[in-house]
Amino acid sequence: MVGPPQTSFGAPQRRSHLLSSGRGAVAVSTASTIVVLAAFAALFFLAPGSAAVRHTFFNPEYMWKSLIGDPRAGYYSVGEALWLNIRMFLAAEVLILILALVIAVVRQSDSPVMFPLRIVSTIYVDVFRGVPLILVIFAIGFGVPALNLTFVSTQSAPVYGVAALVLSYSAYVSEVYRAGLNSVHQSQVAAARSLGLSHTASLRYVILPQAVRNIIPPLLNDFISLQKDTALVGILGAIEANKAAEIFSDTVFNYSSYVVAAILFLILTIPLARFTDHLIARDRRRRLAGAPS
Amino acid sequence: MTAEPPGEPEAAAAVRIEGLRKSFGTNLVLDGIDLSVASHEVICLIGASGSGKSTLLRCINLLEPIDAGRILLWGQDVTQPGIDQNWVRRNVGIVFQAFNLFPHMTVLRNVTLAPVKALGASRREAEEEARALLERFGLLDKQADYPDRLSGGQQQRVAIVRALAMRPRLMLLDEVTSALDPELVAEVLDVIRELAASGMTMLIATHEMGFARDIANRVCFLSGGRIVEQGPPRELFSSPKDERTQRFLRRITDAGRL
Repeated sequence: MVGPPQTSFGAPQRRSHLLSSGRGAVAVSTASTIVVLAAFAALFFLAPGSAAVRHTFFNPEYMWKSLIGDPRAGYYSVGEALWLNIRMFLAAEVLILILALVIAVVRQSDSPVMFPLRIVSTIYVDVFRGVPLILVIFAIGFGVPALNLTFVSTQSAPVYGVAALVLSYSAYVSEVYRAGLNSVHQSQVAAARSLGLSHTASLRYVILPQAVRNIIPPLLNDFISLQKDTALVGILGAIEANKAAEIFSDTVFNYSSYVVAAILFLILTIPLARFTDHLIARDRRRRLAGAPS
Repeated sequence: MTAEPPGEPEAAAAVRIEGLRKSFGTNLVLDGIDLSVASHEVICLIGASGSGKSTLLRCINLLEPIDAGRILLWGQDVTQPGIDQNWVRRNVGIVFQAFNLFPHMTVLRNVTLAPVKALGASRREAEEEARALLERFGLLDKQADYPDRLSGGQQQRVAIVRALAMRPRLMLLDEVTSALDPELVAEVLDVIRELAASGMTMLIATHEMGFARDIANRVCFLSGGRIVEQGPPRELFSSPKDERTQRFLRRITDAGRL
C-alpha cells in the first residue's frame, strides 16, 4: 500500500520501483493478473480429478451443513466451534504478553540477585522454542490430568490447550520483547537514571514504551500465527473449528468442512494481517517524516 | 538518607574529588583527579577529546563506577557502598551532548516525568513548575511538541529545563553544544549564562573556549586523565604555564576557535 506523496518523501520513488511507468503499466499488470488467474482456474477445472475434488472439498451443500452443524446427525457447527478458537486466542494472548514480558525483563537484568532466575528463563526459552507445539499440547493435555492433583488435574481440554500455547508462545514473544528492549539506546537509560528515576520507573516509563512501539509489527505477526495454532488444541478433544470439521468429515465422508474451517481462519487472520501492514506503513512514514504523531 | 545533606552548604565544598581513578578495561581514563568546587562556582573543563572530561562528569553523577578515590558531594561521600544513588541524582543534574530527550513524550512530559515519578510531586504542581521553567527559557510554546519537532538548540534547552525541574544543587554539562549546528550554539550558551548568573554551581565540559573564558570562575585543563593546569580563565588562556596546555591552546587558536 503506497501512501499519498505529500505524507511521505519516499512514496514517489517507491511507486516507481513497483510500477515502471504510468497507465501503460497498470494495463499490463491487470492483463497479467487475469492471465495468471485464468491459468490456475483452467488447471483446476481441466485436471482429470477435478470433479471429484470439487465434490469432496468444495461441495456447497456440505459446506453449508458443516458451517451450521446438526447435532442429531452427529456433527457440530464449525462456525460455532470457531468461537472456542477465538476465546482460547484471546485468553492466551493476554497471558503471553504478560509472561513473555516478565521473561524478557529477567533475561535483560544485570543484577547478581537475578542470576538464578536468568538461568531458569534462559533454559525455559531454549526448551519451549525447541519443542514442537503439538508435543507441548500433548504433554500438558495428557500429562497434567494424569498427575491427579486437585484443581490442576481437573481442568478442561481448552484450558490445557491455552496453557500449552502460553508456554510455547511466551518463549518466542519474550525474544521479540528482548529485541525491543535492546533497540532502545543505552543513553535513554542514562538519561532516565540521571534524573533520579529508579530502575523500575526507568523501565516502566522510558524504556518499555519505546521498546513496545518498535516491536508491534513482529508481535502482531506472532499473534496471527497464534490464532491459527489454536486449531492444534483439537487433538485434546476440544471441539474447536478444526475438530468440528474433522467430526463432520468422519460422519458425512466429505472434506468440505475443512475448507469451511480454512475460510473461517482466513476471515480471522486477514484483518489482523492488514492491520499489521497498516502499522508498519505508518511507522515507516513517521520515520521518513522524522516526526511522531 | 535525608532529603537534605547534612551541614551548611557553604561550609563543605559542593564537590570534592580526591584521587579519582577510572579505567575502561586496560584504558586508564582518569588517572588521579583532585578537584574541589565551591557552591556557586562555575568550573569549565577543557581538553582534547578522550582527556577524561565526560567520564569525570559521569562519575560524579554515579553513572560510571569508579576504581579508586573518593567523591564527596556537600561533605557526603557518595562513592562508599550503600549510598542512595537516587538521592545523588536528584541533587545533581546532568545534560548530555546528544540531549537524550525521551522521544515518545511531549516536551512537558519530558520535564515533569522525574518530578512526578521520582520526587512524588503532584502532576499539577509539576506541570505548573515546568511551564514556569519553559517560559523562563523561551520554550513555553513548545510544551505540547514531541522532541523530533524541535531544532537541536531547542532540544538541548529542553534537556536543561528537564534537569532543572528536579531543582538540582549542582549541574553537570557534558559538551552540551558539541552536537549543535553553529548558529544554534548561542541560544544554549545564553541559557547556561543565565544559570550561572542565578548562582547555580556548575561543572561544564566544553570545547567553546570563548564561552569558557567568559563564564568560568576557574578553568581546568585535562590531559591524559589528569588535571594538568587550572586557574582563573584570564590567566590560563593568556599565560598557560604547562607545556601541554600551551600546545592545546595553540592548536585551538590556530583553528580560529579562541
